[in-house]
Amino acid sequence: MNGDRREVLVRAGVFALFAASGMGTLARRSAASEPQVVKVVAQRFQFTPNEIELKSGQPVVLEITSLDFIHGFNIPALGIRTNLLPGPPTRVAIKALAPGRYDFLCDNFCGSGHEEMNGTIVVSG
Amino acid sequence: MIDRRRFLQLAAVVGGAVFASALPGSLRAAGYEEFFFVQLSDTHWGYSGPANPEADTTLRKAVASVNALEIQPDFIVFAGDLTHTTDDSAERRRRMTEFRGIVGGLKVRDVRFMPGEHDASLDSGAAYKELFGETHYSFDHKGVHFVAIDNVSDPGANVGEAQLQWLKADLAKLQKSAPIVVLTHRPLFDLAPAWDWATRDGAKVIDILMPYANVTVFYGHIHQEHHHQTGHIAHHSAKSLIFPLPAPLSQPKRTPLAWDPAQPNKGLGFREIEAEVNEARYKIAELQVTKA
Repeated sequence: MNGDRREVLVRAGVFALFAASGMGTLARRSAASEPQVVKVVAQRFQFTPNEIELKSGQPVVLEITSLDFIHGFNIPALGIRTNLLPGPPTRVAIKALAPGRYDFLCDNFCGSGHEEMNGTIVVSG
Repeated sequence: MIDRRRFLQLAAVVGGAVFASALPGSLRAAGYEEFFFVQLSDTHWGYSGPANPEADTTLRKAVASVNALEIQPDFIVFAGDLTHTTDDSAERRRRMTEFRGIVGGLKVRDVRFMPGEHDASLDSGAAYKELFGETHYSFDHKGVHFVAIDNVSDPGANVGEAQLQWLKADLAKLQKSAPIVVLTHRPLFDLAPAWDWATRDGAKVIDILMPYANVTVFYGHIHQEHHHQTGHIAHHSAKSLIFPLPAPLSQPKRTPLAWDPAQPNKGLGFREIEAEVNEARYKIAELQVTKA
């Protein structure tokens, strides 16, 4: 997947999230709803950071850069997953979340530490 | 089969519970004969770590225990993760060769293998195929159709469209009432996706199996017994021969259960699966690595 195609997919994903969450048209978006961008590195066998702290009500875009493998990125509780191709970052749009903990993991088997390659998004009120 | 049944009763007493699939119906009319086979799983040959300091002896003990069974099974199945993964392709082949040499000591010569993600995910099954053959296949035994499904050669745990079409064609020759046993490594259903205990397109496999009335799945991967139904299809996971893992989602991380030097084989084992004509269809007897 090249960078252009990734961008198209991410834009489509962002649109789908807004539509699904009832946030409606771009004209209705407020400054407060602009997504926060969080950079994450995926490298065998960890995500850095592996704990991502967010405020509730704040949409976020994770920019995940894989350094060494086609890792997977899966947040089962949110039904979000994608492959992380090495190279340009993969952008993962996440709508505003309720307070809580949302575990994520690499779900493409990547070697002897694969089972420990996971993390948590911690959303506070 | 009186001796065999008595043996299973004894096994239940000394080795663990006998679990029976709750699927009704006699299969005598279908030409189904009683027999039993042994399933071993997740031997992880080459593993070294605190979860099993005796990792270099457990497999040999299990082979000796199978050879010591009073009645030998018709065949033996290894349900994946024969070896522990390594990035070194030469080391991977060395581990597979050693594994093959050890299990070559089994008295029973009919031994069926399947890959796990530790064997096959890093090279799309290349080394496995060199040493053990195809990663998916089917065979018939005494009226039961066995299908081995590969859900590990793709690191993303996809069975894939080509294999799905192969499965559909393989089953198409059977009557809808035919007894079918599916052998695979990962669970075909979403047991615990948060722990990667799933097959990404497993629902498509189950959709293909669903029209068949008598389907039972035996798998590995999760290093413990687990029993689940998707509709009329029963899924039974096996213990491992390396280290036990916690119950699904019972703790924050899927880290192995701590080694207990006082009980080195705790949580490990293999199983016998008896195909029955009457009562339940498959009786499972869980056995310890070595007799207490």
